[in-house]
Amino acid sequence: MHIPDGFLDGKTMVTGAVLSGCALGLSVRQLRRRLPRRRVPLMGLAAAFVFAAQMLNFPIAGGTSGHLLGSVLIAVLLGPGAAVLVLTAVLIVQCLVFADGGLLSLGANIFNMGVVGGVGGYAIYRVVQKLAGGLRGVIMGAAFAAWCSAVLAAVLAAGELALSGTAPWTIVFPAMVNVHLLIGLGEAAITVLVVVAIQRTRPDLVDPSAPASGPLSYRQVAAYGLLISLGLALFVSPFACAWPDGLERVAETLGFAHRAAAAPLAAAPLAEYRLSWVRSAPLATSFAGAIGTVLVFLLAFVTARVLIPRTRTEPR
Amino acid sequence: MIFSLDPHSRIDSPVHRLPAWAKLAAALALLVATVTTPRAFIPVGVVLIAVVALSRIPVLFLLKRLLLLEPLALGVALLALLQEGGVRIFALIVVKATLCLLTVILLSNTTPFADLLRVLRRVRVPALLVTTLALMYRYLFVLAEEGERMRRARACRTYGVGRSHAWKSLASVVGRLFVRSTERAERIHAAMCARGWR
Repeated sequence: MHIPDGFLDGKTMVTGAVLSGCALGLSVRQLRRRLPRRRVPLMGLAAAFVFAAQMLNFPIAGGTSGHLLGSVLIAVLLGPGAAVLVLTAVLIVQCLVFADGGLLSLGANIFNMGVVGGVGGYAIYRVVQKLAGGLRGVIMGAAFAAWCSAVLAAVLAAGELALSGTAPWTIVFPAMVNVHLLIGLGEAAITVLVVVAIQRTRPDLVDPSAPASGPLSYRQVAAYGLLISLGLALFVSPFACAWPDGLERVAETLGFAHRAAAAPLAAAPLAEYRLSWVRSAPLATSFAGAIGTVLVFLLAFVTARVLIPRTRTEPR
Repeated sequence: MIFSLDPHSRIDSPVHRLPAWAKLAAALALLVATVTTPRAFIPVGVVLIAVVALSRIPVLFLLKRLLLLEPLALGVALLALLQEGGVRIFALIVVKATLCLLTVILLSNTTPFADLLRVLRRVRVPALLVTTLALMYRYLFVLAEEGERMRRARACRTYGVGRSHAWKSLASVVGRLFVRSTERAERIHAAMCARGWR
């Protein structure tokens, strides 16, 4: 998911840098006011924690393994403002020390994973958590938000790559998003298990009403919301608008084929079929994404049901 | 034990002796030139080879680092193959990405991270972010090793159990690691205050 240098063009890099620079400025301003002095070292340690947690591999089928991405986990534990700062630090060190993710693409990477993962993920978490209520809501919210953050980051990365002309949207969008529909499931599972584990030992650390970096004011919520929707509008919507257009064109081609009897018979059907398949791949992916969203929401609900009674009946 | 992330950042060479801000600026200039212009990669490549020669960093080490990171770039670049004129775009992207990678690897191996942080502080990056970066860099491997130790201890005690249990025990290791990190942060705060941190 870390976009290396050489894949994005100038306008995309500058847009990404401006958006994440604004988000980082908001986060630092908020922390300077709300974060207690004694919690300042916690930001650095939390960043080191995210890095260390990413090095622990969870076994998946067939000898492969995956690891935590951690943006929603850190947002749930520390609050949205702190999450942006911590994830920015993680991405900067990964870039400068490990050359993972480009230096010029840093802005776009921070926006995809830090801002959308941290603040967007936190917003989803809070909405679901409030709707469902209690500890069950925490688990359900964390699971759903973790999945959404992985998928959203992939959508944005696909949009940025397509906008830069690196790869066409019809290919990069299905490829990135389909993979992350699955990665998101793993991320949701690990996030939930870790939140439950922390809740058992230190319930005070998983208190949704009192995140370490303090609650957001309405103005800050509006500002973050504006930044994220601006990012979605700039990076993704140019292609989202092309979907019905693509459909229309397929219909046009098919209608034309119907009328034109003189067209070469042998080659055309296959070529048109392939064309319509390539054009409809993003559409199919968006459908899969929509169905996946509903399924994961239900799955999160079931997970919360299954996990919570057990923690209550278990002797301490 | 703390092992070094950038083992060659403290050797002595003409490149290492340059001030950190100059190296950071030069790296940025090289990156911008590589990414934004279509034909700049030939002079950039020549400059980078000169830097490698001057910096006395073992070439084998650089190649290993590059090979380690190249698959990440290749994975995304492969998507570019699936369009018209894809081979040209693919080749261009791979060359550009490799040069950019080499630039960043050279920067991090000729400049200690603390010096880079000093530059960031001088260009008015918020102090909170710089402090966070400094502490993160210092405790990266302390925490990574602590996590690995806990994972190993857990694995010894629950040898050969199923996958679902492995996930749960690993998750509790991660959770415990977070709790320990917050406790360590409190101790660090006390230690920082004792040394006169504002």
